[in-house]
Amino acid sequence: MIASLRAELMRLGRWPTTWVLGGTWLLLNLTFGYVFNYLSYRSADGTTVGPPTGATKQILLQEMMPANAPVTLVQGLPMFGGALVLILGAVAVGSGYGWGTWKTVFTTGPRRITAMGGTLGALGVILVGLVAATFVLDLAASYTVAAVESQSVTWPGFVDSVQGLGAALLICGMWLAAGVLLGTLTRGPALAVGLGLVWSLVVENLLRGVANLLGPLEAVTDVLPGTAAGSLAGALGALTQGDPNGTPGVTTTITGTAAVALLGAYLIAFLVASLTLTARRDVTS
Amino acid sequence: MDATIVSTQRLTKTYGPRSAVAAVDLTVRRGEVYGFLGPNGAGKTTTLRMLLGLVRPSSGRATVHGLPPGDPVAVARTGSLVEGPGFYPYLSGRENLRVLARYRGLGDREVDRVLERVDLTERGGDRFKTYSLGMKQRLGVAAALLGQPDLLILDEPTNGLDPAGMADMRDLIRTLADHGQTVLLSSHLLGEVQQICDRVGVISAGRLLTESTVAELRGEASLLIRADPLPAARSVAERIVGSAQVSTVDGMLRLATGGERAAELTRALVLADVAVLEVRPEERTLEDAFFEMTHEGATS
Repeated sequence: MIASLRAELMRLGRWPTTWVLGGTWLLLNLTFGYVFNYLSYRSADGTTVGPPTGATKQILLQEMMPANAPVTLVQGLPMFGGALVLILGAVAVGSGYGWGTWKTVFTTGPRRITAMGGTLGALGVILVGLVAATFVLDLAASYTVAAVESQSVTWPGFVDSVQGLGAALLICGMWLAAGVLLGTLTRGPALAVGLGLVWSLVVENLLRGVANLLGPLEAVTDVLPGTAAGSLAGALGALTQGDPNGTPGVTTTITGTAAVALLGAYLIAFLVASLTLTARRDVTS
Repeated sequence: MDATIVSTQRLTKTYGPRSAVAAVDLTVRRGEVYGFLGPNGAGKTTTLRMLLGLVRPSSGRATVHGLPPGDPVAVARTGSLVEGPGFYPYLSGRENLRVLARYRGLGDREVDRVLERVDLTERGGDRFKTYSLGMKQRLGVAAALLGQPDLLILDEPTNGLDPAGMADMRDLIRTLADHGQTVLLSSHLLGEVQQICDRVGVISAGRLLTESTVAELRGEASLLIRADPLPAARSVAERIVGSAQVSTVDGMLRLATGGERAAELTRALVLADVAVLEVRPEERTLEDAFFEMTHEGATS
């Protein structure tokens, strides 16, 4: 397993796609978490930002302070960050079928489960690095805002930081595993990415909208992956998408504990399904 | 040590109602170059994929190194190139091999060795996606050589190579066999197989039609003699090689004997006042044997 992990870390680490997706997420996080909020804050005349029902300037400033960094870390993950790591998982696994590299790896020595385990381990390492980098970036950005606005700097507490990092890993891990499963199922990157994005960005929202009209459908939408991811972010204090300054995808549909359990269940189910398919299926490409 | 390195018993793969491979029994002996011949779609690649554990048989069994196909120990002792090389396009040839070497727990020195072996050292730093078809094929062979496996399974290894590259590949395969490595190669280039293989298996429509040495497959050589008068020539020839060995074909005598008796026969014919117009050996090529066999296989 260690040999497979080393091999996969080498090839994923040198893959431009890994860096492009990671860099895109960091840029989006910085832009939507701090740059746009700070520009809104600076450009507001009165005590509120935007329309009359908009957030107060004070709330906006507090959201950009270092103490709020764990929340900023997770608020964009249920939808946009999740979509990006889903793409990473889908292309990391699906491309191997298109290039014929799974065939090469499976005939190189390790068991299929071991080889796939190496890929999952390497993706996990990348995910930990990405979440850590995002948190560091958020801390740096929030410290800059605090310094520029002459605010006292209060760093996030240890528990809040651990909760934020843990939640971020769980949300991203679940979407990454969903991407891996799609890449495995479709044996290619394009369809996997397309299906994954349509599901995470469109279908779940549509279903939630329909559930408002059809009560019984709510039982289904309450346990969807995106609902669980959004609920965990909401439970940590991220503003829901109904809030004037809220983030799309964030919700409080289920409790934080239920969201953690659901995300964990999805994560395990996606990984087990991917490993089982990989181990059992004929490799014909 | 077991003399058999690959063995299959009634190995079968079906896709729905279609049999891709049907009850194939083949045996590859240690140290030989075994040619697996067959037209496109005959079942060669599917058979090789089953031997590597990539595809599960529908029925029958196979052993590689005495182990089930896909067993990590067997796979680690087998180098393979099946249906074209599969590499990461964004990595260089050398980096691709380093990734595979890491999977096998091998160092970079082994990567340099195999790159040298296939004459890719100079271009090893270029990205795989910039390689020509022939270079990709050579890199695939280099990957198969990583760790000096006992057995090489090569599917059309000369695909995409220019004539010089094909000759180099033939030399490489022969050299590997001379150093004790077993090579199982599939090919539809019959001349190539005739040159480098010790034994061959011929597959058509999923069925193994025969398994024998190249010489056995080509059959006995014969000698053609054009002479005048023919009846006198025939009686001389029958006296020397036996009447059962002589036949008349298109106004010529065909003798079931090798070219080594040509001088003796010519001398006897001349002494018998027979005008000898032409004496030439007739050898059936592997191609002749192959087409004869696959045509029979297709029509039977």
